[in-house]
Amino acid sequence: MKEPIIECDGLSVCLGGLKVLDGLTLSVYDGDFLGIVGPNGGGKTTLLRVILGLEKPSTGSVRVFGGLPGSFPGRIGYVPQRLFFDREFPISIRELVLMGRLSKKKICQHYNKRDRQIAYEAICTAGLERLAERRIGDLSGGELQRALIARALAGDPELLLLDEPTASIDPQMKTTIYDLLEHLQEKLTIVLVTHDTGTISRYVTRTASLNVTLQLYESGLTPNSESLSVAYRYPVNPVVYHSPVSRTIDHP
Amino acid sequence: MLQEILAFEFMRNALFAAILSSVACGIIGAYVVVKKIGFISGGIAHTAFGGIGLGYFLGINPLFGVIPFTLFAAIAIGLLSKKAKVAEDSAIGTFWAVGMAIGVICIGLRPGYAPDLFSYLFGNILTVPTFDLWMILLLDMFIIGVVWLLNKEFLAISFDEEYARVSGLKTTAIYLLMLCLIALTVVIMMRVVGIVMVIALLTIPAAIARMFSRSLPGMMLLAVVLSTVFSLFGLWFSYQLDIASGATIIVVAGVTFLLVHAWRLLSALLTEQ
Repeated sequence: MKEPIIECDGLSVCLGGLKVLDGLTLSVYDGDFLGIVGPNGGGKTTLLRVILGLEKPSTGSVRVFGGLPGSFPGRIGYVPQRLFFDREFPISIRELVLMGRLSKKKICQHYNKRDRQIAYEAICTAGLERLAERRIGDLSGGELQRALIARALAGDPELLLLDEPTASIDPQMKTTIYDLLEHLQEKLTIVLVTHDTGTISRYVTRTASLNVTLQLYESGLTPNSESLSVAYRYPVNPVVYHSPVSRTIDHP
Repeated sequence: MLQEILAFEFMRNALFAAILSSVACGIIGAYVVVKKIGFISGGIAHTAFGGIGLGYFLGINPLFGVIPFTLFAAIAIGLLSKKAKVAEDSAIGTFWAVGMAIGVICIGLRPGYAPDLFSYLFGNILTVPTFDLWMILLLDMFIIGVVWLLNKEFLAISFDEEYARVSGLKTTAIYLLMLCLIALTVVIMMRVVGIVMVIALLTIPAAIARMFSRSLPGMMLLAVVLSTVFSLFGLWFSYQLDIASGATIIVVAGVTFLLVHAWRLLSALLTEQ
């Protein structure tokens, strides 16, 4: 059997005396697209932070690419919540995406032509080539989100971790972001944390609902309203995704 | 008239000091502003007073007291606020006050009056000795060299420290190095505007530059230009009106800052209607 890319075994995390994750056992394999849903404070972001090596497990173990979290920064692409940095920072999309090459460079080594080329390809993949020189403060939420995905892609990762990539983005933009991820899934293993309980089920291979403890659903199975209510502790109905009905406009 | 002014050696030195200090001030000030570490920089600047006192006490050139002392303070404040479970503002406030206290005690212990103490506190660009000018040039070159080598790392931790860490960067070490560069910039600026007012010249040109820049290098360049302009205008005003040079430079910078913001506010209001 092939080695899992992420392997959590009995993982528990306490932050400030509060148990945020409890007894989590989870394996993510090559080619998976895992969607993790759950309420605020349910530990979704903490799980990503543990995988990235930003938080230490209290008990249990985490292995990423067979090593300790944080051992292979060049193999992981991370898309953080876009609220956590300064939108007024004087930087263009091109320079932002170039930062994704950081994990591949040594200290004091400047970005070269090849880095700029790879960054530009990532910008094109995200469909932002027209906006490459724009300052990030002038972008819409959806454009900025795609720029952050492009930054993660510029590092040429094998594993992509996304934290709420569709939070506070209008529905149309959400679909383009999911379409982008669906396209990326052919080459990458993806773990996505989100509130979109319904929409993701159309794209992911597996879903997990997380509220301190974890419940996993294999491909094809999606959390129904009953199991979601267990995770959220209040009634939740999955939003079912409908493809837009195609219409032809008749010109008289 | 310009020739008449430049005939004096102290005026030529003042001019060089204004230009050379603006280089460090613009470059490092840009980091201070985008990383929002103005308070920590202010703390480092005031702690520097301890180094001046130490220099007096030991009877050496205060510059040689202040350089190691501020570097130590920068690293200590940085480590304390990052690693120990101390709130950052408490750590900064403590160093700020203790550094100044050490300075006061040391100067008190040294018999006699400290003649140019005031010029360290409030700056006096007209009395910069040629030796200090060479030191400023040396520190400038060092700062430019480090920033050139590590611009990608400094940009990464300024923009998003956590992402930099996830990318495998030793962010704490890079951050401490950045604080050390701030400490050296404080030393450079000390002669021009004094340690009490360093923070204004470190942040104001960069803050104005940020409003008109699309990239960090562009912002640095504009900040260097603005800082030079403020220093030269301040110097000229102080010469004409016979008032304190350091304070005049700060007032020129501050008034410009307010005017730019007032103009922005006004134009925003006008476009709204």
